[in-house]
Amino acid sequence: MKKTIPDIELMERGHQACLGCGAAHAMRYLLKGLGPKTIAAIPACCWAVIPGVYPYSCMDVPLQYVAFETTGASISGIEAALRAKGKKEGTTVVGWAGDGGTLDIGIQALSGAVERGHDVKYVCYDNEAYMNTGIQRSSATPFGAWTTTTPVGTTKAWKLSPKKNIVEIMVAHDIPYACTASVAYPEDLIKKAQKMKDITGPCFMHIYAPCPTGWKYPPEKTIELARLATDTCIFPLYEVTNGKYRITKRIKDEKKKDVLDYLRMQGRFKSLDEGAIQSIRDHVDFEWARLLRKEECFGEEQ
Amino acid sequence: MDLIEIRWHGRGGQGVVTASELFAEAAMQDGNYIQAFPEFGPERMGAPIKAFTRICPTPITIHSQVYTPNIVVVLDPTLLGSVDVTQGLGTDGILIVNTPKDAKEIATMLGYAGRLYTLDATKIALETIGRPVANTACAGALVKVSGLVSMDNMMAATKEKFREKLSEKAVLANIETIRKAYEEVSV
Amino acid sequence: MKLVLSGNEAAAYGAMLARAEVISAYPITPQTKIVEKIADLIADGRFKTEFIKVESEHSAMAACISASLVGARTFTATSSQGLLLMHEMLHWASGSRTPVVMVNINRAVAPPWSVWADQTDSIAQRDTGWIQYYCESCQEVVDTIMQAYRVCEDPRVLLPAMLSEDAFFLSHTSEIVDLPPQEELDAFLGTYEPDVRLDIDNPRSFGSLSMPHQWYPEFRYKIQEGMEHAVEAIERVDREYGSLFGRSYGGLLDLYRCEDADTVIVAAGSMCSTIRAAIEELRSEGVKVGMARIRVFRPFPTEAFRALAKDVRSLVVLDRSFSMGSEGAFFSEVKAALYPLSDRPDVRGFAVGIGGRDITIETIRSIITDSLRPDTGITAQKWVGLRRCEE
Ligand SMILES: Cc1ncc(C[n+]2csc(CCOP(=O)(O)OP(=O)(O)O)c2C)c(N)n1
Ligand code: SF4
Ligand SMILES: [Mg+2]
Repeated sequence: MKKTIPDIELMERGHQACLGCGAAHAMRYLLKGLGPKTIAAIPACCWAVIPGVYPYSCMDVPLQYVAFETTGASISGIEAALRAKGKKEGTTVVGWAGDGGTLDIGIQALSGAVERGHDVKYVCYDNEAYMNTGIQRSSATPFGAWTTTTPVGTTKAWKLSPKKNIVEIMVAHDIPYACTASVAYPEDLIKKAQKMKDITGPCFMHIYAPCPTGWKYPPEKTIELARLATDTCIFPLYEVTNGKYRITKRIKDEKKKDVLDYLRMQGRFKSLDEGAIQSIRDHVDFEWARLLRKEECFGEEQ
Repeated sequence: MDLIEIRWHGRGGQGVVTASELFAEAAMQDGNYIQAFPEFGPERMGAPIKAFTRICPTPITIHSQVYTPNIVVVLDPTLLGSVDVTQGLGTDGILIVNTPKDAKEIATMLGYAGRLYTLDATKIALETIGRPVANTACAGALVKVSGLVSMDNMMAATKEKFREKLSEKAVLANIETIRKAYEEVSV
Repeated sequence: MKLVLSGNEAAAYGAMLARAEVISAYPITPQTKIVEKIADLIADGRFKTEFIKVESEHSAMAACISASLVGARTFTATSSQGLLLMHEMLHWASGSRTPVVMVNINRAVAPPWSVWADQTDSIAQRDTGWIQYYCESCQEVVDTIMQAYRVCEDPRVLLPAMLSEDAFFLSHTSEIVDLPPQEELDAFLGTYEPDVRLDIDNPRSFGSLSMPHQWYPEFRYKIQEGMEHAVEAIERVDREYGSLFGRSYGGLLDLYRCEDADTVIVAAGSMCSTIRAAIEELRSEGVKVGMARIRVFRPFPTEAFRALAKDVRSLVVLDRSFSMGSEGAFFSEVKAALYPLSDRPDVRGFAVGIGGRDITIETIRSIITDSLRPDTGITAQKWVGLRRCEE
């Protein structure tokens, strides 16, 4: 049988993530795609703790821990210095940050880095909240979710604003490559990572990484839940290469699952009422239709 | 000054910190000064953690960590092989372990010669609360074994603590758990 | 009403009892529980306030400043990296004369990452024009938030204040906290009514360019004047609070068993309670030792130190931070305050508890033993308990 996933392991056993952590899978697959000639920068996030406490590390690539808001700037510095030293050829510089470090506090540095056109790969693993500090809302937290700063309470104060669309923000920067990926589809993720490695210029990957601790579901359901996110079209898999859209996991109408299947699996949505669920359904349908149209209008030539 | 220091062992997500606070709050109702705090640092679901309770009839003027507890409570029996639960605990101390095994067996296993009590807190919790959360049961056992707080105050503190976070039914289930654990642990 | 609250929860209750009208804050370990508790109180309808869940600490402070200029009472909280990221806006807050009150959890700064107690973060902000309080207990956190608003909103002061509590030793330690009745606190605090504000009926600009020959130095000088008024205001408000609610904390410098002391330990934060316990032990052994707790670091209690220095033989200064290339700020500033005196006590300095390393009664005893040795002529600050590589 032909192997579809490279054997190489650049993330070793002995990491410190919770049981069933989606973000742990995400890093493992990403490094399989990017390969050993990679330098990584990681800001404050769960992944600043996961590699291990000094002097231990589960990482087999060089890694700089960086300040929370600086990932984009830090990888710019690494890339520029490699060029200055004539060592850039063949080396991939990757910034790896959570949704908070990417969509919130780090968006300025990220925007600067990709606009300047550095040859850097920026990967955001999205667990839809600040997990390292114990489940506070971020701008990636979807409408309707409970977090400790959208605590529902007696006034039903769940997260009221919609999730920020970071991929579209990156596409608006006119970068060579932006994509989404999911831990439920490792082959797709690895292929996209390999593609980023081969492109010269700024690339962005947005990985869906379920978090049993923060989303309140049993740890063994991580992959099932991630698959459901794509099958409901809540988190579609697609890529945008030089402005051309391509959906990499096509969901046929008759196969599309209802958002309720997804919401019901997670404690963070347990307080939602019918009205809120319907508005989530409508929003997902609208966004999916919009993505289909984008592919139709701005897809790669058939 | 009769300062009592209690160390609680468990795993992230098992309500270890809640137990340390609950017991402190019950002791406060008896007119004591109290402190409750977790082990200092990031907590990961499932990783071993500790929490501490200090109880004293006079004001507690100390903010350092606990090194020589008078009492140790172990909420999760799977820790016994990997965590040194008797560290700093003298033979005049008290050790309570949540396990279906009997005290003698655990004493031999840990090589601990002081007062040791066991109870199947997980089973009690499953019967009363319906989930394997051993924290309140262990607190109930500690009420009996230590004699530090009265059962009435423990009940009052439990009601007060969970009133806002849990449904009325769940609060009653926890109270039932505490009562059962109190009865079942043999002194 | 007596509750069991952690230092973090005490801070959230403090904001609620002070009726902060706009809160703008960002989570960071070990401060997170403050933000979460405030969110809980709001979600349950107990706390009516505008809570802006900003995307960074820089924005948290910027939003507080602007809200304050509109005339709202504002509150925020942070720690370590977050406080450092705010640095620019800290200057902005004092320069704008906005009485923002902030709780800072003293946490070590990275790298390497550390979330444990260390006062480097707030000491590094000493030149930003903020009043700085250091708290010793969860009770003091609530009481000091009330006092801080009174001091900051005093028209002769009009400056922001930060209250620091040590990571975990206070932020995560639950203690009994007595909350005064809301009506009495309302009467004590009043409402914030600034004379000038962002107001469509009275259009003004705030912070426009000022040339060297114009008023820039005078604006800065006014901040220093505000600080000088703050010395008096802090003492007065602390006394008034004590007469109303039965708790006061010695104003700027909190003296403990100093009356007949030969040696006085100078320190700030949660270690001070452990020092109290150590003093009891040492006293029972005949060592005449006391403590001067730096409750307020800015404005610096210069006069209080000079008064204290008259009667003691030596001061032992403990810093939970270090100014690299120099020495701990407390050590430097205590010496500077005493310099004009002709008859000065011996002052020795120790850097202790850096990065959250525990300070026990034993630690304090060994420092005192060390400092009681005859003068060896060494004046440099000593780092306590450093490990060696072989260990
Ligand atoms: C300037 C600054 N502010 C706040 C923090 C505290 N902090 C550390 S990680 C984190 C949340 C990270 O969230 P995200 O980027 O989504 O990663 P996750 O933890 O969810 O993996 C926060 C708020 C910090 N380290 N630095
Ligand atoms: S909190 Fe969530 S993202 Fe963080 S380590 Fe645990 S499972 Fe992973
Ligand atoms: Mg996240």
